[in-house]
Amino acid sequence: MSYHVNEKGYYGDFGGAFIPEMLYPNVEELRQNYLKITNEEDFKKEFDALLRDYVGRPTPLYFASRLSEKYNTKIYLKREDLCHTGAHKINNTIGQILLAKRLGKNRIIAETGAGQHGVATATVCALMGIQCVVYMGELDIQRQAPNVARMKMLGAEVRPAQSGSKTLKDATNEAIRDWINNPVDTHYIIGSVVGPHPYPDMVARFQAVISEECKSQLQDVEGRDYPDHVIACVGGGSNAAGLYYHYLDDKRVNIIAVEAAGKGIDSGESAATSALGKEGIIHGSKTLLMQTEDGQITEPYSISAGLDYPGVGPMHAHLYRSQRAEFVSIPDQEAMDWGLTLSQMEGIIPAIETAHAFAILDQRSFEKDDVVLFNCSGRGDKDLATYIDYFKL
Amino acid sequence: MNRITQTLGKDKKLLSIYFTAGYPDLEDTIPVLQQLQDSGVDMIELGLPFSDPLADGPTIQESSTQALHNGMTTEKLFSQLEGVRDKIHVPLVVMGYFNPMMQYGVERFCKRCQEVGVDGLIVPDLPVDVYHEQYQSVFQQHGLMNMFLITPQTPDSRIRYIDEVSEGFIYMVSSAATTGAKSSFGDEQEAYFKRIASMGLKSKLLVGFGISNSTTYQAAVAHSKGAIIGSAFIKHLKNHGSDSVANFIKQIRD
Repeated sequence: MSYHVNEKGYYGDFGGAFIPEMLYPNVEELRQNYLKITNEEDFKKEFDALLRDYVGRPTPLYFASRLSEKYNTKIYLKREDLCHTGAHKINNTIGQILLAKRLGKNRIIAETGAGQHGVATATVCALMGIQCVVYMGELDIQRQAPNVARMKMLGAEVRPAQSGSKTLKDATNEAIRDWINNPVDTHYIIGSVVGPHPYPDMVARFQAVISEECKSQLQDVEGRDYPDHVIACVGGGSNAAGLYYHYLDDKRVNIIAVEAAGKGIDSGESAATSALGKEGIIHGSKTLLMQTEDGQITEPYSISAGLDYPGVGPMHAHLYRSQRAEFVSIPDQEAMDWGLTLSQMEGIIPAIETAHAFAILDQRSFEKDDVVLFNCSGRGDKDLATYIDYFKL
Repeated sequence: MNRITQTLGKDKKLLSIYFTAGYPDLEDTIPVLQQLQDSGVDMIELGLPFSDPLADGPTIQESSTQALHNGMTTEKLFSQLEGVRDKIHVPLVVMGYFNPMMQYGVERFCKRCQEVGVDGLIVPDLPVDVYHEQYQSVFQQHGLMNMFLITPQTPDSRIRYIDEVSEGFIYMVSSAATTGAKSSFGDEQEAYFKRIASMGLKSKLLVGFGISNSTTYQAAVAHSKGAIIGSAFIKHLKNHGSDSVANFIKQIRD
């Protein structure tokens, strides 16, 4: 059994392309070309060069000695927080902008929640001199002023999504509507492993560089190219997909996905999609999503804006249902405490999303000789206002 | 014979009107249906509101949000439609997104449609190939026709496939747009209407999206069997209330 996408665009029961006919030509063009283009030598060369010279890859694999000592195991951090723009998001936007150029597109649209993907998209558009429109929920625009300013500095137009709940899911709806209205010249850079096939697979492939590097880095320090556990936070699931990618079919590796419990699974304010979601369709993909009994999509909650998506990528839905991965959820408070712990034990201020993953260390124990690999997916600069407010700094 | 087939067989250009169930007020569904029929509308599309209507522009989105806020649900719609066939004789098509149908249960949804007298469905985010492979038989068992959309960008080979799978009409989207986005037709649309009309498809064509007045209605029906109006009608309901349907229909047909 493989945990990768099949030729029809499904991961087990999940995935596919449940899109209005108006989107069919756009998505079909991508489907027919994404593997062909990304396998071309010239593409790979340009992609690798930009990841190296512009993004700053390979990112370090860091042995966290104080944490390891405290938790009596071997903890490694894949330092995606050291990527240009502060998170793993740019791996994907570099890949997609190169693809868009080869498809002859001259306009880019994107959705963003907290603004990290918006910034990563605006960045690569500036790099390539391509017009960029980022949709962002009206509420998120108010909550994430620094990232809105970054996108504007980078030359992007930030359009408020005013429909529905005015957050990430509505920004995604607006971006999709934009694409319906501009089917020929525009490419839509989705920021996570969500949306209609081929997006989940395409984004996972661009993020797969994370585990590809881990393999050789682990080989150097541990004498084997796999860890015993891979751990990442999951909202839509792109940093997790990148960390898991080359270990998906390797049963020696235990996969752990950490979702945001928000104020608690049963509080009505949570983003733990695997626990609270049911099978359905969101943004063109069959997956698990949070919804009412009547099939209306509900608004999730997490203190970290990057995790409050009501769905989850179809790859992760499949990992959950097939029990290939262990899913846990971490409430706001524990994640925030871990933001402080990681700062003070390792000198790394993590994004609040990332901090969720580390909280697993208090939930379960690992063997002394286990190699426990975390994706340190983003840095906490963007969350300073939340940290300041929460800890009264 | 299915009411849709019967109506498509009439020797006239058809006017089909879309409105969102439970809008402007929850209990407006049946009164609006009645007025539309009394005004001589040939077919009615009843929108089952959804929280995230991807293919719809601002007007229909807003009406969906309002209808949900009013308390509209799948079960509520079916209970409103109970007995509707005592009074309403024009074809009724339910238009809704796939997720609410999945949650209700596709088979159960189809069964309820049949019981209350719905003739067909339009499910914009249920792709034709998935329908063909997984759901066509259950739709057919319950006497429901499923209508598909095509756009100016749809390749000919796919149009032929859609024509083959279609039983009712093909919903010809006037331009690459979400609902309500354009206010007039240009040469490009004209050429597209002619191109599709000349393909010799077995299905009748109804044009939708961007039809708001008599001029666009006439342009749309010149090369098709009829036209569908949604956003413009919703706007009318919003501005003039639910008891002024006849005026709107009159100005389209005049």
